[in-house]
Amino acid sequence: MVHKEALVISGLKKYFGHVKANDGIDLVVRTGTIHAIVGENGAGKSTLMNSLFGLHQPDSGEIYLWGEKVLFSSPLQALAHGIGMVHQHFMLVEALSVLENIILGAEPGKGILLNYKNSRKTVEEICHKYGLELDLDALVENVPVGIQQRIEIVKVLYRGARLIILDEPTAVLIPQEIDRMFEILREFKRDGCTVIFITHKLHEVMALADDVTVIRDGRTVGHWPISQVNEKILARQMVGREVVLDLVKEETKPSELILQVQGLQTEQVNGDQSAEDLSFNIRAGEILGIVGVAGNGQDALIEGILGLRKVEKGEILYLGEAINGVNTSHLRQKGISCISADRLKTGLVREFSVRENAILGYQKSKEFVSKLLFHKKKINHYAQQIIKEFQIKTPSLDALITQLSGGNQQKLIIGRELHANPKLIIAVQPTRGVDIGAIEFIYQVLLECRRKNAAILLISNELEEVLSLSDRVAVLYQGRFMGSNAPNRLTKESIGLMMAGVRTEGEGEPV
Amino acid sequence: MISFLSVSIIQATVAIATPLFIGALGGLFNERVGIVNVGLDGIMLSGAFAAAITSYYTQSAWIGVLAALMVGALLGLLHAAICVGLKADHVVSGVAINILASSLTVFLLQLLFNNKGQSPSAPKIGQISNAGSIPILGPIINNMSYLTIIGLLLILLSHFFLYHTKMGLRLRSVGENPYAAQSLGIPVRKYMYLSVIVGCALAGLAGSFLSIGILNVFTKDMTAGRGYIALAAMIFGRWTPFGSLGASVFFGYVLAWQMNAQGLTIPAQIVEIIPYLATLLVLAFVAKRARGPAHDGKTFAPGEH
Ligand SMILES: Nc1ncnc2c1ncn2[C@@H]1O[C@H](COP(=O)(O)OP(=O)(O)O)[C@@H](O)[C@H]1O
Ligand SMILES: [Mg+2]
Repeated sequence: MVHKEALVISGLKKYFGHVKANDGIDLVVRTGTIHAIVGENGAGKSTLMNSLFGLHQPDSGEIYLWGEKVLFSSPLQALAHGIGMVHQHFMLVEALSVLENIILGAEPGKGILLNYKNSRKTVEEICHKYGLELDLDALVENVPVGIQQRIEIVKVLYRGARLIILDEPTAVLIPQEIDRMFEILREFKRDGCTVIFITHKLHEVMALADDVTVIRDGRTVGHWPISQVNEKILARQMVGREVVLDLVKEETKPSELILQVQGLQTEQVNGDQSAEDLSFNIRAGEILGIVGVAGNGQDALIEGILGLRKVEKGEILYLGEAINGVNTSHLRQKGISCISADRLKTGLVREFSVRENAILGYQKSKEFVSKLLFHKKKINHYAQQIIKEFQIKTPSLDALITQLSGGNQQKLIIGRELHANPKLIIAVQPTRGVDIGAIEFIYQVLLECRRKNAAILLISNELEEVLSLSDRVAVLYQGRFMGSNAPNRLTKESIGLMMAGVRTEGEGEPV
Repeated sequence: MISFLSVSIIQATVAIATPLFIGALGGLFNERVGIVNVGLDGIMLSGAFAAAITSYYTQSAWIGVLAALMVGALLGLLHAAICVGLKADHVVSGVAINILASSLTVFLLQLLFNNKGQSPSAPKIGQISNAGSIPILGPIINNMSYLTIIGLLLILLSHFFLYHTKMGLRLRSVGENPYAAQSLGIPVRKYMYLSVIVGCALAGLAGSFLSIGILNVFTKDMTAGRGYIALAAMIFGRWTPFGSLGASVFFGYVLAWQMNAQGLTIPAQIVEIIPYLATLLVLAFVAKRARGPAHDGKTFAPGEH
């Protein structure tokens, strides 16, 4: 007989040094249901699943799988117990083929030899059953992210998992692909599988889940059957207070041209998508939003403008002046600033303190340097000011930047990038991995800049974010614009189609 | 007049290529699990030393070869412990191994034989004889060292292992994305340790060929940078066994030709730089496109990335 509860977790704790990632988690997942786990970024969802999957050991607490008490010391044991996991960051080997990735670690047959013929048949059957088309011989590095997600799912199915965990699986998908994924998850349920679905998007929970558990600051706040909650209740539970994401977007009259890009073509770098003949304008007081599946030329566009990637063709005019090939630090002095996508890679220096990170990129500015040495008092004053103005929570100016939460790191970057009143702001995923409180704040700051007549290029994977902030939205696909329009004249479906490379009639306004 | 393809050039090519391709294979087993090993040269030197003195004391070249394998494996264990266990920088560890090898071998020479320059002569590994009468192949394999044959077999075996066995697939995945491998239950660290140890044992074997394969003594710093050329051959050969073999034969040919050309009126110094220049040029033009394992040289630290 199948046990009524597929998974019971009680009192689970996991600390990383002084960070209490999980601090008392309780979870009950009924067999044969889709169970959503929601919580803000940093709430501890991934940590919980990694404990369950044997990627690390919890400090205390108990885990029961189908009634049996378990504690896995390696993923191997979790896999053997029928747990399959699609990780938040894909676990694929880019240099291997799709088939090799699927069978890796569970290659068919008893002997030591690889048997591709056998495994191909098994995998094809699974793909056929769930309507998941895959080119098994393609190299994973040549496959778009949406398909990589599909490979991850087939990997789990191939191993015969009965409890399937998906950690924020929709982040990289276009709306149509999300619908498709939901269908597949419902089919798993019909087949008797149990699904744990982790997300911070509440409408997805309402659309898909049977039960929901909310986690906040490493603790379980509560769990409900889906019929007893709505998005509003969940949002309040998740954040711990009332959330108002009502944006006041004043009418502005876009005035002078700040940035003109004509026929931008960038160099091809390491298989990354290059910009292919991109043209657009941004005026002062305007936000141009750019959406697209990750890896469709966003990096090329940003780096092309910022002088970080070679421009092969085309012209970039900033305030009427050609800036092709001008070096980045010059551009920053001229009033272009950038909130980069990956805080800890390109926005901050991990090893530096809050104070040092606050002047990064402006360390030569006269404001901070007197003769050869830093003007300590001025730097302190300036850093204090950013901290106050942007409500950054930090133990001190000397604290390492990594001691701050993601939201506070992001606010520091934004404070730094905006303090010199830039004329052009390139904001790339400005709210990635930050909590709702910080998201609210960042939106308001960006709109404030718009009101003060800055031109803003907003590039983001969060469709809602782009639609609610932008004055115009353009869709990027394989380095080209598929179309653009005012956000109120676009639907999610039409954007989804364009993100997939389908050009819809009548959307082809010049950008 | 110099010939480009005489029997003597071919035989010299084979002799020079042997330690290169065995060494390259050793490097390959390091880098395929993501561990860069610039200590290859030092490990070859240690292998050469261990082979020569063991062969001298036991009067058996094959026990010498065994000693070279074991010393290589031990240094591999050290390198793996530093890079995988202590998560230290691979290059720093490799450089340390090189310094250790070059000074320790001289120190031991002095201690054992009261001679800083070279060891006493020792029995050398046998070679094929009386094969000269076989048509075409005869002149090439005549006088070929048994170690060359073993090396060629190892190339074949490694190719088969890497591309046709389950363990080979898993090993390759470790060097490409250890986190993915770990999430599929593959014991990543174990693969790293074992592969580095095997690779370094092969480097030791390559070294033994220098001391008791071609010659019958160990001389101070006798690798003369061959460990680095072996690494270059591995890159040129795109981290594959057959590629490494091909690249080693190419480098071997260039070196053999250079030895032949030394009788000419070109200044010897110019001729001597030819193989190194060829290596540099090849790397400059090939290395850009040749892409190694994606996680090569990085530290595997689950939970921190
Ligand atoms: N390996 C680790 N070392 C230190 N801190 C960590 C580690 N993994 C996660 N954390 C911290 O634990 C908290 C919870 O992270 P995570 O489980 O990834 O959240 P979620 O998946 O809900 O967004 C965060 O504050 C994060 O910074
Ligand atoms: Mg997470």
